[in-house]
Amino acid sequence: MKLGIGLPNTVSGASGSDVLDWARMADVGPFASVGVFDRLVYDSLDPMMTLAAVAGTTQRVRLVTSVVIGPLRNPVVLAKEAATLDVLSGGRLTLGLALGARRDDYEAAGIDYADRGKKLDEQLRVLRDTWEDGRIGPAPVQPGGPELIVGGLDDAAFARASRYADGFIHNGGPPRIFARSVDKARAAWLDAGRPGQPQIWGMAYFALGEDEAKAGREYLLDYYAFTGPFAERIADGLLTTPQGIIQFIRGYAEAGCDHLILFPTNADLTQLERLSEVVGS
Amino acid sequence: MNIHVLGGGPAGLYAALLLKKSHPDWEIEVTERNPRDATYGWGVVFSDRTLSGLHEADVRTSTQITDGFVLWEAIDVHFRDELVRCDGHAFAGIGRKKLLNILQERCVELGVSMRFETEVADPDELRQSCDLLIAADGVNSRTRATYAQTFQPSTTEGRARFVWYGTDKPFDAFTFIFRDTEYGLFTVHAYPFDATTSTFIVECHEATWRNAGLDRMDEAESMAYCQSLFSDHLGSHQLLSNRSLWLSFTTLKCRRWVHENVVLLGDAAHTAHFSIGSGTKLALEDSIALAQAFEQHDDLRAALRSYEQARRPRVEATQRAAAESQRYFENVRRYRTYEPIQFAFHLLTRSGRITFDNLRGRDPYFVADVERWYQTSANDKQPAIVPPPPLFAPLALRGITLPNRVVMSPPPTFDATDGVPDVTRADAMQRLASGGAGLVLTGPVAVSAQGRTTPGDAGIYTDAHRDCWSEIVEQMHEASPAIVGITLAHAGRRGSTRVRTTGLDRPLREGNWPLLAPSPIPYGPGSQVPTAMRCDDFAMVEQQYITATERAIAAGFDVLQIDMAHGGLLASFLSPLSNQREDDEGGDLLHRMRFPLRVLDAVRAVWPADRPLLVAIPATDWQRGGLRTTDGIEIAKAVYAHGCDLVTVHAGQTTPEAQPRYDFETLAGYADLIRNEAGVPTMSTAYMTTSNQANTLLAGGRCDLVLYSPRMGR
Repeated sequence: MKLGIGLPNTVSGASGSDVLDWARMADVGPFASVGVFDRLVYDSLDPMMTLAAVAGTTQRVRLVTSVVIGPLRNPVVLAKEAATLDVLSGGRLTLGLALGARRDDYEAAGIDYADRGKKLDEQLRVLRDTWEDGRIGPAPVQPGGPELIVGGLDDAAFARASRYADGFIHNGGPPRIFARSVDKARAAWLDAGRPGQPQIWGMAYFALGEDEAKAGREYLLDYYAFTGPFAERIADGLLTTPQGIIQFIRGYAEAGCDHLILFPTNADLTQLERLSEVVGS
Repeated sequence: MNIHVLGGGPAGLYAALLLKKSHPDWEIEVTERNPRDATYGWGVVFSDRTLSGLHEADVRTSTQITDGFVLWEAIDVHFRDELVRCDGHAFAGIGRKKLLNILQERCVELGVSMRFETEVADPDELRQSCDLLIAADGVNSRTRATYAQTFQPSTTEGRARFVWYGTDKPFDAFTFIFRDTEYGLFTVHAYPFDATTSTFIVECHEATWRNAGLDRMDEAESMAYCQSLFSDHLGSHQLLSNRSLWLSFTTLKCRRWVHENVVLLGDAAHTAHFSIGSGTKLALEDSIALAQAFEQHDDLRAALRSYEQARRPRVEATQRAAAESQRYFENVRRYRTYEPIQFAFHLLTRSGRITFDNLRGRDPYFVADVERWYQTSANDKQPAIVPPPPLFAPLALRGITLPNRVVMSPPPTFDATDGVPDVTRADAMQRLASGGAGLVLTGPVAVSAQGRTTPGDAGIYTDAHRDCWSEIVEQMHEASPAIVGITLAHAGRRGSTRVRTTGLDRPLREGNWPLLAPSPIPYGPGSQVPTAMRCDDFAMVEQQYITATERAIAAGFDVLQIDMAHGGLLASFLSPLSNQREDDEGGDLLHRMRFPLRVLDAVRAVWPADRPLLVAIPATDWQRGGLRTTDGIEIAKAVYAHGCDLVTVHAGQTTPEAQPRYDFETLAGYADLIRNEAGVPTMSTAYMTTSNQANTLLAGGRCDLVLYSPRMGR
């Protein structure tokens, strides 16, 4: 299993240099990737633009959207942006797409919320076709286009991932819950008659240090306030100790995770350093 | 804090006493509409796990409850005049009245005030007069109705009828009695709750209930009927009635359990079918969770939120298991021809919570009996002294005996050239055979170039293909005892697509070939429009299957499977979503099956009589307007009548809009349904990850073979 770290692009108040410094440090640290989240109606940085800047300040790490809310974006324009990002980064993009859970993001963008599943299906089809048929450049560096993964919680998400993508990204939770999703993602892959195995991605939040853990909890309660009581469960899942992180990493690896991204809850670089120490060896 | 509890049942009383115990300064009052000693029903059952929860919550009542309990470990299943006993299940039963008395006494001792025979007309008025209103006012909760907009209750009515009696016969086990009558099957759920009295629930299908005339009988006549129906079990003992009337079970779910300062507890919030005996258990556990929430949170709203959050997943899991159990009893007729030992095993594993390995832990002798029976029935020879688990029992189909129940297929590779399988295919299949598969099936092998899904598909439509398969089969036969089978397929409207490394159903960029289908409807958006088959096409495709079968015989395959699933050509005839023909090959299911059955007949006529023929079918399209499981059963019956020996149960893929399910239980359930409703041996394609799952399915007669994929392993 590979381990990545999230950029603080959805941590309110994180400055441009905070995010870029973070990415640079991650690139020299023990991480295989940097991840970004997507929220429209929030004090956050746009994921695609952020990765474009990060492409220029890093050499090694994979650049991962985990995830971009697909239906908010025009499929052909997104295909071009992703291909561009793949070119700028020398083939390091993993494009993760999902529906997102916020109605207000859709309303603000003027996109119909009701048929978002269909829109995402159509978008996934258009992405592949655009990358392959060459009419709209640039040609991505990765053959066939950037690695494509799909997120979501229900069977429709597993079906979508196995129908169009290279893998599945889970939205977080204890290893036991994650393992159940892995079984289903694999089942969907088998059912679809796809060769090989789906790439399985996971993610979680961390905040190391006593005060940071407290603040991290507050951040998550705010960021996920729209989910109602579920926000508390997400906040309870925050990894706050080295032991907790190691145990979590092992649990995910055993459940069949290929790539796990740990996201910060504040933009302070010492968080990245502490995490590097915990997972570095 | 000032708390009002509506309802003096187990949930209300227990919540009141637990909260009062931790917060002696709180004012807590319980209101109950019935008199102090009135109660319905007879006894309640707990598992040992519930008991330890009670002990932790309040030692005083827990000790009294435990003293009042009768304990037992066995489950008895009386079926077809035989008794099967399974031991090692810890149960405890107590009279409902006794339980209430214990809780009432403790409430008094702690200073909870209780008012009986008091109606509360307006829960909202009560809510405004207190800090917290605990609504434990039962399944017909008035409080829930008052705030129905918030709670959003929904109910499902069961299809069976049941009546809740007591009896003065002391049973020594949780006892199930199944009695087949001219009117249908009756089931008894009986368990002791004190030294001299037991609960005795009689249940039957609604049709049986009407046929027997029970819908026209009054309370006394009904009881006399049941008394006489089960006289051999009751002997001189009497059934007892306590306003015991026939009911259908209502399952209640609520979207929310909290409204402002009102919280739902117990039956007011949720019900779960009595066959897993969980109503009172859930109620008491709700109370414990509520009390714990007030330990963790000072803020009222936060405590209520935390209660709901903690309880909801547990309750929903129990409701899921209860629904499974309920469905089992509603459909138990399906299993009435089972041997008693298998019937008992199936019954014990009905809800999915108890498995083969669980039972081995509880009663190894019972499981050894199951294994011995399975091995003997699978194999006419002398039973083994140490019988293997069901997974390793042989299976005879016509002249071929599979050495075990494991079926494997190599993963798709799409590396064939002009239909010629890549040489690595032989190694992949060989590995599965030496890995222990009893039957190794090829992936789909096209009967014609046109019938390929992608240019990388293997085929059996030239002599060169035949020779290549012949080599593969010969190698496998030399190296292992595995039986080797071929799956004949025609992609139909899913043909002419790119290899599936980057996704499904993507038409080729160039060099597309024309497609055949029942109707000119493309598979999905962006798919090629197929040609509707004409008279010549039917003869041509039929001939392709015949020739492919002849080549499969020449290549030495032991088993042949026809794929009528996966949205291929034959599948597309079966489904009304893809077959909209107006001639004899379209219309109702009988007509839609005509062409697939014509192909089956043609293949069966050529395929040797001593070799088995399997058919892969869809149990359902998983889509509105498509095939449903009732159709799946009919398709299974039809192919069986046309000489198929076993059906492989798949689902979905008729169109990309299907809403598939990827849990193990759903597909496993379809294999069970089709096997026992259509009376056809089945292979389950459920996504198995452990041998325990396989043994649970096989021993319960839910399927006869299991498709196992190494790619599901962790």
